[in-house]
Amino acid sequence: MSESVASPPSAKTRLTQVLAEAKAQDRAALVGYLPVGYPDVDISIEAMVAMVEAGADIVEIGLPYTDPLMDGPVIQAAVTGALAGGVHVADVFRAARAVADAGAAAVVMTYWNPVLRYGVDRFAADLRAAGASGLVTPDLVPDEAAEWIAASDAHGLDRIFLVAPSSTPERLISTTAAGRGFVYAASLMGVTGARDSVGSQAQALVERTRAVTDLPICVGLGVSTPGQAHEVAGFADGVIVGSALVRCLVDATDIQDGLSQLRSLTRELAQGVRR
Amino acid sequence: MTTPTTGLGRFGAYGGRYVPEALVSALQELDECRSKAMSDPAFLGELAALQRSYTGRPSIITEVPRFAQHCGGARVVLKREDLNHTGSHKINNVLGQALLTKRMGKTRVIAETGAGQHGVATATAAALLGLDCVVYMGRVDTERQALNVARMRLLGAQVVPVDHGSRTLKDAVNEAFRDWVANVDHTHYVLGTVTGPYPFPEMVRDFHRIIGVEARQQMLDEIGRLPDAVLACVGGGSNAMGIFHRFIDDADVRLIGLEGGGEGVATGRHAARFSGQATPGVLHGAFTYVLQDDEGQTVESHSVSAGLDYPSVGPEHAFLHDAGRAEYYPVTDDEAMEAFRLLSQTEGILPAIESAHALAGAMRIGRELGPDALLLVNLSGRGDKDVHTAARWFGLLDDGVAADPVSVSAAAPVEAEGEGVQL
Ligand SMILES: Cc1ncc(COP(=O)(O)O)c(C=O)c1O
Repeated sequence: MSESVASPPSAKTRLTQVLAEAKAQDRAALVGYLPVGYPDVDISIEAMVAMVEAGADIVEIGLPYTDPLMDGPVIQAAVTGALAGGVHVADVFRAARAVADAGAAAVVMTYWNPVLRYGVDRFAADLRAAGASGLVTPDLVPDEAAEWIAASDAHGLDRIFLVAPSSTPERLISTTAAGRGFVYAASLMGVTGARDSVGSQAQALVERTRAVTDLPICVGLGVSTPGQAHEVAGFADGVIVGSALVRCLVDATDIQDGLSQLRSLTRELAQGVRR
Repeated sequence: MTTPTTGLGRFGAYGGRYVPEALVSALQELDECRSKAMSDPAFLGELAALQRSYTGRPSIITEVPRFAQHCGGARVVLKREDLNHTGSHKINNVLGQALLTKRMGKTRVIAETGAGQHGVATATAAALLGLDCVVYMGRVDTERQALNVARMRLLGAQVVPVDHGSRTLKDAVNEAFRDWVANVDHTHYVLGTVTGPYPFPEMVRDFHRIIGVEARQQMLDEIGRLPDAVLACVGGGSNAMGIFHRFIDDADVRLIGLEGGGEGVATGRHAARFSGQATPGVLHGAFTYVLQDDEGQTVESHSVSAGLDYPSVGPEHAFLHDAGRAEYYPVTDDEAMEAFRLLSQTEGILPAIESAHALAGAMRIGRELGPDALLLVNLSGRGDKDVHTAARWFGLLDDGVAADPVSVSAAAPVEAEGEGVQL
């Protein structure tokens, strides 16, 4: 499959390099999600950089949105707080710059409307200028993404689409063919949030997806502990952790406490993704 | 303006399917099921039988001459969706979707509701067909429509108050989508209006088309001609699409949608999507007009009417608006409540506050067009659920006796209007 979607080598993003490096080390990559703006913009960026220093290979920078219908209570609480605190779309570019400068790959996770409103091509240009690698779009499937596909091609960005346990074989093929960077495999049918165990559907989905694409496959939704990260690293190219990391900041008594919780969880997760 | 051009279910640029991948196969299954059903005599027969012997269709039309005196003397005819079982047009769509749920072999339905009428209709159909039912409702709406919360519970449904965001309809929709993603294998989301991802806007409209099909024929048979204008309130837009659709090809018939103007468009506290306030964007799975800020964040809407208090609108309305085929005007809370009072006192019909917006539109358009005009107004629901809100509005309750603080929080001014008010 990869021949049909591969971009010219010159357009290889930092994301692609980081995933290849992890593979060369025979481990999965660690992808950590945090929303920009929580508890405020500066601290959220400091927290993202702290994650990179503690071993996250890729930072998924959430752009807060009023109607996050794929998110569970922890992330929803954080993005609501970020919006109340006055976060702006442009803050996502600042965060991307900081993550890239710290040496990790930056991808932005966003619902579609803020991008549409900002202007799809302009958003892509600014994202590229900030050193980000691409976008994760939880409510934009390739079927509706013509404009984003054109813009991401024009600006050399990755486009990370999701596959789900409910995806039909035909959709696994068409979705992975449209994507670039990695494929986001949703481990279960549900929204973001820590779960006691990684869904049994995750491994089966990764296997079904592998059969139709050469793109790296990262697994997200519900992964929260180093043990789960280790388990997922056994069959996936990357492990995506969101709510558990966000919770470090939400539950903390003060900022320094939150950042140190975040550092230590990231460190343990980074150990976990080593097979 | 950004105009995506790919994808399914477009009305011009509007519509589409902006959803998590996890839901796509369920939407495909739904689309296939309803396409087959809509050409299957067995399905259509079953639905028609329910409409006749359960809903009470066809609903009648009623000419309201005493109310018409407040509409510049224009003749006014009401399409009486308020007489349907459960008290509004919502049952038309719900029975259709509930039958589809059975055909898909699913055992559970979920719904969002604002005014509670869609929730009541869904709970009713679930009881009738033996389906489990959960209804999401913003906390604010559970308070201003407390009677409908009790009705749903009596019908065996679980009502889940939603406490985030604006705590109204928009947030109930988010919560319903979250539930659906997690339970889609055995659950159908009975979306309550003509928005959401394809095929919902088209499917819900088709279940409501019967309103306009009946009304058009009734106008010809009983009044002798087509109306000059058809008026309906527009929340998501289902009762309006239902009555408009059969008239779209009648070029001489004006189609007029009335939105929740709240405290006035200029105040920013309103639900008027088509008054230069909203811009095209994506909300809840569809590309359509959305009340949003410069950065694409949804702006909260406000209306005395829970059923109109929604920052977005069905994509087919967006298309009809841009094409100039339908007109949309805001009606303020004050105007709607005045129309509510007038219909009650001149005709003995208590309208839903949603429907009162359409009546207020008729008062305005009638005065514009004069006594030769003939107006058809969709009375989308009855006002039983709104008695408490209206009583508060007009200051008819003895607050010492009516010590029920939960049911009144959203009613705006409590000032009596002086001599005019004798409800
Ligand atoms: C009586 C009544 N009319 C109208 C509406 C608005 O919905 P729509 O615009 O989809 O008809 C509602 C919604 O709850 C309602 O209960």
